[in-house]
This record gives sequence, C-alpha cells and structure tokens, in this order.
Amino acid sequence: MWANNKITGLLIVLLLLLSVQLVQSQPVVVSSGSSIKEGVSRAEPGDTLIIEEGLYNEYDIKVDKPLTILGDGDVVIDGNRKGFILVITADDVTVKNLEVKHASTSFMEDYAGILIEQTDNTVIENVTLTDNYFAIYLAKSTNSVIRNNHITASAKRETQSGNAIHLWYSKDVTIEDNYVTGHRDGLYFEFVEGATISGNVSENNIRYGIHFMYSDHCRYEDNTFRNNGGGVAVMYTSHVEIINNRFEDNWGSSAYGMLLKEINRSKIIGNEFYNNSVGLYIEATSRNEFKHNTFRQNGWAVKLMANSTDNIFTKNNFIANSFEVATNSMKNYNEFNNNYWSHYEGYDLDRDGIGDVPHRPVRLFSILVEKQPQSLLLLRSLLIDILDAAERIMPVLTPETLVDSQPKMTKVS
Amino acid sequence: MKTLTILKYQWKDLFRGKWIIGYGLIYLLMSDAMIRFAGTGPKAMISIANIMLLLIPLVGVIYGALYLYQSREFTELLLAQPLDRNTLFWGLFGGLALPLAFAFTAGILIPMIYTGMVLSAKFQSLALLVILGNVLTLLFTGLGFWMGLKFFENRIKGLGYALVSWLFLAVIYDGLVLLAVFMLGDYPIEEPMLAMTMLNPIDLARITVLLEFDISALMGYTGAVFNRFFGSVIGIGVATACLGLWLGIPLWSGKRLFNKKDF
Repeated sequence: MWANNKITGLLIVLLLLLSVQLVQSQPVVVSSGSSIKEGVSRAEPGDTLIIEEGLYNEYDIKVDKPLTILGDGDVVIDGNRKGFILVITADDVTVKNLEVKHASTSFMEDYAGILIEQTDNTVIENVTLTDNYFAIYLAKSTNSVIRNNHITASAKRETQSGNAIHLWYSKDVTIEDNYVTGHRDGLYFEFVEGATISGNVSENNIRYGIHFMYSDHCRYEDNTFRNNGGGVAVMYTSHVEIINNRFEDNWGSSAYGMLLKEINRSKIIGNEFYNNSVGLYIEATSRNEFKHNTFRQNGWAVKLMANSTDNIFTKNNFIANSFEVATNSMKNYNEFNNNYWSHYEGYDLDRDGIGDVPHRPVRLFSILVEKQPQSLLLLRSLLIDILDAAERIMPVLTPETLVDSQPKMTKVS
Repeated sequence: MKTLTILKYQWKDLFRGKWIIGYGLIYLLMSDAMIRFAGTGPKAMISIANIMLLLIPLVGVIYGALYLYQSREFTELLLAQPLDRNTLFWGLFGGLALPLAFAFTAGILIPMIYTGMVLSAKFQSLALLVILGNVLTLLFTGLGFWMGLKFFENRIKGLGYALVSWLFLAVIYDGLVLLAVFMLGDYPIEEPMLAMTMLNPIDLARITVLLEFDISALMGYTGAVFNRFFGSVIGIGVATACLGLWLGIPLWSGKRLFNKKDF
C-alpha cells in the first residue's frame, strides 16, 4: 500500500512537472502591429516572449516578472524620445536580439534605453542600442550579464549625452564583447563590486572610454579604449586588475591613455599604451604593480605625481616616447626595475642583458616643460639635448632616486 | 645648358676628391647602425632625423664657404670664358649642393632598402625625412656660399662666420628662446615664440620633424595657440613657406654678390 502511494505521488509530481514544461514551451508571440506592453502583461512569469519582425513605437515598457524576451528577425523598438524604453524590475529577465532606439533626453531624469533596477540575474545580449540618452542603466542589481551589444550615439556635447553602459551600486556583473561609441562615458562604474569587463571596444566617446569609481575587486581585461575625449579614468578604488587592455590615440591637454587617481593594491599588467598625449597619469596612487606594459610613441609615457608611493614598475617597455617619465617633485618613493627604455644610452659589458649604468628616465627638459609649458616647442633642440646630458651626469633638478638601476638592453617580450 | 656642363665638371672634381663619398658613407653607417640597434620602427627614423638636424647645417654651411675658397682658380678660369655670371653661379652652387643632397639621400636610403624598411615604414615619415634633408642641404650650402662670397678675400673670417652662424642657429638661438620663455612665461608669448622659431631655419626643420613624430606630445600642451597652429594644415603650410623663404634669400643675395664681385 505504502509503495503504491509512493508511486502515485511520484506520478503526480511528474505530471505536474510536465504541465509546467508544457506551459513554458508555449511562448507568447507579439506580432508586428500589436503592442509589446500588452504582450508582457499577457505573459506569465517564466514565459518566453517572442517579438516578431517589425517596428514598434513604444516606450516605458515595464518588465516586472521573470521573462525571456527574444526578437525574431529585425525588431526595432523606437521610443521616439518620450521616456524610458525597457524598464526591467524583476529578477531572471533575459533580453536578446532587439534594437532599442531613441530614449528621451533630459536634464532632470536619467532616461535609458534599457533600465535595470534592483534585479538579480538579468541577461542583455545581442541588443543594438541606437541614439539613446543612457543606453543600458543598471542600478542596485546583481549577477547581470551584458554581452555582445552594439551601442552607438551621436551627441556632440557632454550635457546632451548619457553613458552607454552605466552601473551604479551593482555587484558581480559581467560585461563582455560590447561595442560602444559616441556616448558621454563608454562605461561608467560607481560603487560596483566584483565586475568583470572583457573584450569590449569603447571608442570616440565624448568624455571617457571607461569611468570607474569606488568599485573594488573589479577586473578588466582585453578591452580596447580608443580616441575618447579624456581617455580612461580609474579613481578611488582598490584591488582592481587591469590586464591586457589597449589604450590608444587619446590626444589633448587633458587626455590620458589611463588616469589613475587614488588606486591602491591593484595590478596593471600587460597593457599597451599607444600614441596618447599621456600614456599613464598617476596621482595619489599607492602599492600597485605595473608589469609587462608597453608604452609606445606617447607624448609622455608615464606622468607620476609625487603623492604616489610604493608603486613598482618592472619589465615594462618604453619605446619611442617623447618623454619617458615626468614628475613634479625632487622626491620619489616608487621603484623602477628591469624595464626596457629606448632612450637608454648605456652599455652592457658583461653581456648579461642588463645595462651596466643606471637609467634616469626623467629628463631635465620634462621638468622645464612642467614649469613653463611653452618651452615644449624646443623639444629635440640640440641645446636641450646638451642640457639633458649634463643633468644626467650630475642630477640637480631631477629626482635622484627615480632611477632604473637594472635597465634591460632588449625589449621585454 | 652651360650650367649643366659646369655641373658635370664639378661632379667629376668632387668625386675625385673622395670627400663627398666619405660624407655619404657617414650617413650610410649611421642609418645602418640606427636600424640595426633600434629596429625598423619609428625610433630609427627619429634618430636619423636628429642627426640630420645636427649634421646637415654644419656641413652645408662650412663646406659651402670652403668650396668657394678651394675652387677659386677654377672659378676665375671660368670667368674668363664667355659665360654670363648667372649661369656660372648656378653651376657652381648646383655642382656642390646637389651632390651633397644626393650623398645624404643615398646614404640614408640604402640601408633602409636592404633592411626592407622602405616598405614597412610610414611613407609620410620617410618622404618628410628625405625632403627635409634635401631642403636643408640646399639652404645651408646657399648660406655657406653667401658667407664665402661676402668674405672672399679673408678665409679665416669667412669660415669663422660660417661656424659661428651655425652655432648661433643650432644652440644659442634656442637658448635665447628658452630664456625668453622663463623670463616672460607669465605673458601670452606663444605667438611671438612661434614667430621666433620661424626665423631660424634649423628650428623650422625641427618643428616639422616634431609635427611628424611628436604630435601626441605637442597636443598635450595646454594652450589654444599651439593646438590651433599644430593641429591644422596651417602649421605645416607656414613652416613650408618660411623654409622656402629661407632657401631663397641667401641664394638671391649670394647671386647678387657674385654678379657684382670684382674677382
């Protein structure tokens, strides 16, 4: 009897499961001409909502239950600048294969193409976001994935444009393989923890390629930041891992390949800084490791402000930069070791690959330029070379301790 | 046509003297060494540009003057022929400046050809280097000629002036500019500074090199005047025009001296 009961019980459970399966496998379909809002209200939690090919003029679509929203073909949701477009407030929502266009622009409200607020486990994938104020706005969310999206905008001024991917008070977010251009900041992080940012390309944004503050334990890897108004800014954070990224073509008097301000105990490894006015600007930053980075053809490879201490630069390549290291003080509390400097003029008699005389990467001229920027016009003058050579032999104005005592003779690979 | 005949004799004379071959060899060795040590990247190009800015004006101005003194008999012999003086002047000048320019061009290009750098390097940088080197050669040989003609009877004075003028343009002038910057740095001196650099041909050439290789640093300067100047075609246009003037003026006044001179 007891065994029979158990079997019946099992059967009932199985049937129930099957019925759930049946319900889930019946997707709600929104066809062209009808409304997505109505489709969302028709769907039960856990349903799949399929949007058929077409143009949908809708805004403020509230997704307040777990749904999988899939575009079938060329689906465009045009907000006509009237408000938010997709507002996701429920957990476990997935959005894929859509185009979201024309969220409203405002000075009062942060309108976004896709707003994700207080959710867990949201996935945004293969979405094209065109000309939105903010594109994807995440607030107080956890475990989100933003992958393979194409985000473009064409605003000209900072005030008319929001950020492409904006994260605020979020945790454990993955941002992968997105392309971002033309926004105010390509990626914006404030109070984020444990985010992984990899394989993204962020270029031609009005302000920063990535703007990153108060976000501990994040990691960004294999991204490319190119030709952004101010380059990349990473501030007020500890334990960041910045690995194998490219920073290139950031030109201007306040453009930096990467700006580090109050960054502690972080790793900056294997990055390439190419053709920036300033490759790496470091201020009030301590106890970080800079290793295996390559600085190529920048105006200034590294600008190291004197309030930075205990940073270690080792095995980096400094190739054909106008200035290798510039600083604003006679004192230096950072360590340079085993780097390759293309300005190095020493020799290696014992042939161990390490130069026999130390290298002083701070030129006298960089100090002169720091004091009187106009004198930059004398770069590469014979007079300047003579002054530099004299200073190198007898340091008077350059920091005596900022020296690589074991410079490499060949490039670090 | 007669100019070309004089040119031909000059060529023969120069090559017999082996001097010009040595001059070309210096560039060859230097270019080869730079490419060997610094690879075929922009670093080698920058080093070659630096040496070019130093060496060409020095050799041009000294050799320009020296050659006139050395070939005094030859010049006087030619003056006895039915030639007009313009033809003779251009023949003498071309016969010196063109081989020098040729030696420079061959000297830096040959190592680039056999290392394959001509193909891998940026064409614009390479063209700039070659053109600038040639213009500088013509310019400073012209300047040397002018000095030589001005002090034709007093060789010591002529060579002395040539040397001092090189030192002035290459080092002292920049020292004065630097001094001015530090004394008047609080005033808007960008425009006068640009004007000052335009007055010195070595600085002009240097700025053109900067525009090609250090533009990322120049753009880092906080000042609208420089940015507007360097960030547009105006910069390169004005620099080219000024170099043209610098090329023309010493040659023109040298020719006038030559035409009036009682040898």
